[in-house]
Amino acid sequence: MPEKIFAPWNDPDQKPLIRFQNVTKKFGDFIAIDDLSLEIYEREFFALLGPSGCGKTTMMRMLAGFETPTSGSIELAGKNIVPVPANKRAVNMMFQSYALFPHLTVWDNIAFGLKRSKMPKDQIAARVDEMLKLTRLGKFARRKPHQISGGQRQRVALARSLAKAPKLLLLDEPLGALDAKLRQDTQFELMDIQETTGTTFVIVTHDQEEAMTVASRVAVMDEGKLIQVATPDRIYESPESVYVADFIGDVNIIEGRASKQGEDLYRVDWAEGQAPLVATSDREFSEGQTCHLAIRPEKIAISAEKPAEADNAVQGSILDIAYLGNLSTYHVELPGGMIIKAQTANTRRLSRRSFTWEDTVWLSWTATGAVLLAE
Amino acid sequence: MMRLSWFNIVSLTLGFAFLYLPILILVIFSFNESKLVTVWAGFSTRWYGELLQNEAFLNAAWVTLKVAVFSSTLATVLGTMAAYVIVRAGRFPGRTLFSGMIYAPLVMPEVITGLSLLLLFIGIGLDRGVLTIVLAHTTFSMCYVSVVVSSRLVTFDRSLEEAALDLGCSPFEAFRLVTLPIIAPAVIAGWLLAFTLSLDDLVIASFTAGPSSTTLPIKIFSAVRLGVSPEINALSSILIAIVTVGVITASLVTKRNALRQKHEEQAAARAQ
Ligand SMILES: Nc1ncnc2c1ncn2[C@@H]1O[C@H](COP(=O)(O)OP(=O)(O)OP(=O)(O)O)[C@@H](O)[C@H]1O
Ligand SMILES: [Mg+2]
Repeated sequence: MPEKIFAPWNDPDQKPLIRFQNVTKKFGDFIAIDDLSLEIYEREFFALLGPSGCGKTTMMRMLAGFETPTSGSIELAGKNIVPVPANKRAVNMMFQSYALFPHLTVWDNIAFGLKRSKMPKDQIAARVDEMLKLTRLGKFARRKPHQISGGQRQRVALARSLAKAPKLLLLDEPLGALDAKLRQDTQFELMDIQETTGTTFVIVTHDQEEAMTVASRVAVMDEGKLIQVATPDRIYESPESVYVADFIGDVNIIEGRASKQGEDLYRVDWAEGQAPLVATSDREFSEGQTCHLAIRPEKIAISAEKPAEADNAVQGSILDIAYLGNLSTYHVELPGGMIIKAQTANTRRLSRRSFTWEDTVWLSWTATGAVLLAE
Repeated sequence: MMRLSWFNIVSLTLGFAFLYLPILILVIFSFNESKLVTVWAGFSTRWYGELLQNEAFLNAAWVTLKVAVFSSTLATVLGTMAAYVIVRAGRFPGRTLFSGMIYAPLVMPEVITGLSLLLLFIGIGLDRGVLTIVLAHTTFSMCYVSVVVSSRLVTFDRSLEEAALDLGCSPFEAFRLVTLPIIAPAVIAGWLLAFTLSLDDLVIASFTAGPSSTTLPIKIFSAVRLGVSPEINALSSILIAIVTVGVITASLVTKRNALRQKHEEQAAARAQ
């Protein structure tokens, strides 16, 4: 028996905590959410990812109760929550703009929700102090929101939304204002908090790396639709469309025509006078169908000589080298003018790097290293 | 800073003299010893003393104060509610008409407002007295309050109310605990405005006052028709002082709030 991993979405017996059923939201004529169905399970850390204006905040606002779907239903723990007003939902939200109460101190901001419930005073104080400690805001408890920094404000907003220990916590770009270091710390803290409290988190982010780090599953959205919902590694390793492949991380896309070579193996003719490429695929392609080969830069090896046993090898010259510290990205121009990015780890010092500008090099990757996509 | 040229100084002096000289003369003559208003006979606070003995004036002052306090408070409550609905309710049928109608009394001639209220009170058989003046003053000053409050509400960040709802407030609690404390300076400014408007009003009060409920402006007006007395000067000076303090406080409150908002915005911008 393998160790049980957290994957309730694969378990048919699990009831989802949240269920969007054919939800459509229109603002006037504009369709912000388009016939969307989605299930999110208890204790998940669910990330919504997508370009600006694709409807992420709208999804959150419908969960929190500030927008009503034009059609469709939203269930929380099996109950339709569409008619339930925002203040009666066991859902808390951290706003994109923080929405801290300017006339109250940090302490009172965090205590605000607790005071609305019938919690005794000393318990409120204990809970607020716990939250202050969790978000390392103890020193600022007596300050007003305009007397603290942007990052601190963000933490106050987080503490305030966590204080009531909601069933579901909605985080709309919670870490946008933090610098890289603090951001990473806070990400791990968030994951810690999520694990210790057992709260279900739905997080909106622009930052795909962040989504990959924290999330149990990622939903990639575009124009009010879900494009793909899967675990971070599946989103990265086996995207289902060029859109997702392109949106998450760096990718090279080569367009060509597919033809079957054997079981799960396809040949891709992609340019006149170039050797065809090969790639494995579970998906069926008809003979001569237009297809797109998506290859991550780190899956491409770079060498001076033509590798003897590579499934795919193309020759080109180095156009540009981007040094990223731990990695270097080579931009290699192929004879047809196409530019392919290849990434290698910098295990050696910079001065001993083997390639430089205008060198002619071979790029190679395996048949399983690329993903073959229809669109 | 621009240096003042002679022309500027002269025009400034003339302008202010035109505005404030009459008032200044009135205040100076209120300290006149002589009974004759136009003859200066030395400094004295005698007329202020006599004013305190004058039952009729004191009564009128009391009525005026009561009317001003009640009507401005009522107008503030109603005006704030109206502003809230107009700014917040979004689109509903007849919204434009409704908001236009709230502001109509601002431009309505006072005589007409007074007359129509008089007809209404007679029509429903309400005896004229303090109550009718309070109602009348409330109707015309609530639109001023609602102008002041709605201009603040327009810039109010709606997500604050949503956050309050999200944390378990009922809509009314959200208003009381979050919206009201934040817009309080505008509400106070509105109240002060309504208060001074009520204190000033002669026309509408004359239409709606009964024999037992004369307000100060009415009293002064009728007294002056019999001849200006130094007592009236003293009384008017006191009124001027009250109104001045009211207006200055209102503008200070608004200004302080604007300054604080600016500070907060700057602090937020720095923190980005
Ligand atoms: N109240 C509204 N009235 C009209 N259109 C709206 C309203 N709220 C959102 N929209 C539109 O719906 C779309 C989705 O908005 P939403 O705020 O959900 O985007 P988002 O994905 O959160 O974007 P961002 O990443 O920039 O925050 C946008 O095109 C927006 O203009
Ligand atoms: Mg958003």
